[in-house]
Amino acid sequence: MSRAARSWLHGAPASVKLGGLAVLATGVLALPSAATVGVAAACLVVLYASAGLSLAVAWAQIRPLRWVLALLFGFQAVAGGWEVAATVTGKLAVTVALAALLTLTTQASELLDVLERVMRRVPRVNAERAALVLTLAIRAIPVVAALAADIRDAQRARGGGLDIRAYGVPLVVRSLRYSDALGEALVARGVDD
Amino acid sequence: MIEIRDVTHSYGERVVLRSVSVTLAERRIGVIGANGSGKSTFARLLNALVVPDAGTVTVHGADTAKDAAAVRRMVGFMFTDPDAQIVMPTVAEDVAFGLRRRRLGKDKTEWMVAEALERVGLSGHAEHPAHLLSGGQKQLLALTSVLVTEPRILVCDEPTTLLDLPNTRRVLDLIDELPQQVVMITHDLESVAEYDRVLVFDDGRLVADDEPGPAVAFYRALVT
Repeated sequence: MSRAARSWLHGAPASVKLGGLAVLATGVLALPSAATVGVAAACLVVLYASAGLSLAVAWAQIRPLRWVLALLFGFQAVAGGWEVAATVTGKLAVTVALAALLTLTTQASELLDVLERVMRRVPRVNAERAALVLTLAIRAIPVVAALAADIRDAQRARGGGLDIRAYGVPLVVRSLRYSDALGEALVARGVDD
Repeated sequence: MIEIRDVTHSYGERVVLRSVSVTLAERRIGVIGANGSGKSTFARLLNALVVPDAGTVTVHGADTAKDAAAVRRMVGFMFTDPDAQIVMPTVAEDVAFGLRRRRLGKDKTEWMVAEALERVGLSGHAEHPAHLLSGGQKQLLALTSVLVTEPRILVCDEPTTLLDLPNTRRVLDLIDELPQQVVMITHDLESVAEYDRVLVFDDGRLVADDEPGPAVAFYRALVT
C-alpha cells in the first residue's frame, strides 16, 4: 500500500526491507529499558522522515491500537511499575510502526512476489495461494472498515444507539457476502485455474 | 461463438434455468428479465462460474464443464459490485494482477497496465488506493482489469446498477467501443436498444429471442 512519495526506502528491494523488518523488530523486542526504547522510537521517526513520511502518518499507523496500548500500559504499570509499562508499551508501538513503514513504502505486488519466493521453499505449501491470502487480508481491511461505517451510519440514521447485536450481525453477514463475491470474482479472473 | 445446449440448472430445490438452448454469435447481445428470472445464472454459465446440472455450454469449442480454465481465458466477466472484484490495494496493481500468471516480465506488464489505464482515463490514478476511488472509477477499474487480459468475449452482469447517470453513460460508452463480443445482462432497457440481439428470460426459461425492439416490447408486456 505504498504512498506516491518516493524515497530511498521506496526504492529498496522488498526482500531487503522484509529482512530488515525481521531483524529490527527482533532487536526492538530485546531492548532492556524505557530509555533504549525511546532511542529506538527516535530512530524510527528519522526513518519515517527519510522516507518522506510525516509524524502524522506514523501516528495514523499506531492510532487504531491506542486503546490496547493504554490498557497494556495500565496493566503493566500496576503489575511492574512505570518503567516496565513504558518499556513494554513502547516496544509494541515501535514494532507496529516499523511494520507499517514496510507496507507504506512497498507495493503489495512486490511483497506478494517476495512472500511467494519465500513460501516456495516451505514443503506442502501452495506458495501462490498462501501469498494471495495475505494480500487479500490487506485488501479486506478498508472494505470491512467501510462496511462497519455504513452499518454504524444506518444505525444512527434510524436513531439507534450502540447495540452490539444490531451492529455485529449485519457486519458479519455483509463481510461473508463480500468474501463470497470476492471468491467468485477471483475464480472469474482465473485464479483457481 | 457460444453454444448452449439444453441447459438446466438448480440451486438446491429451486430450478433457475430450464432447458435453455441458444447459439450466440452476434457482437452485441443483451439479456433482460425480472429479478430471479435466471439471467445472472445464465451469465455465469458463459464464464464457467456455474457448470450446468444438465446440458452443455461451449465457448469457441471449449466445454465449460471440461476445460473451465480455457473458457475463462476467453471470457472476461464484469460483476455488478466493483468492490468485490478489486483484489489489490492500488489501481495499477489490481490491473496487473490478472497478468501475473502470464509471467510477462515487469516491463511488459507495466506497459500493458499503463496502456489499459490510459484507455479508460485512469492513468492519473495508477498509484492511488483502489478503495478510495469513486463508484464509477471502481467500475472502470474492474473493466480495465478484465480487458487487460484480452478476452475474446466480455460478459457484464448488470455493471451499471450501482452507478449514477454520468458514470453509467461512461461505462456503457466504453463497452460499446470494444471490439470484443459482449453479452450484457441488464435492467437498463435503453442500453441494449442498439444491440444486435436481445434475449428475454422469465422463470428460468428463454421466452423471447429477437431484435431489441420486439424483444423489449415483449418484456414490457410480460411484466405489466
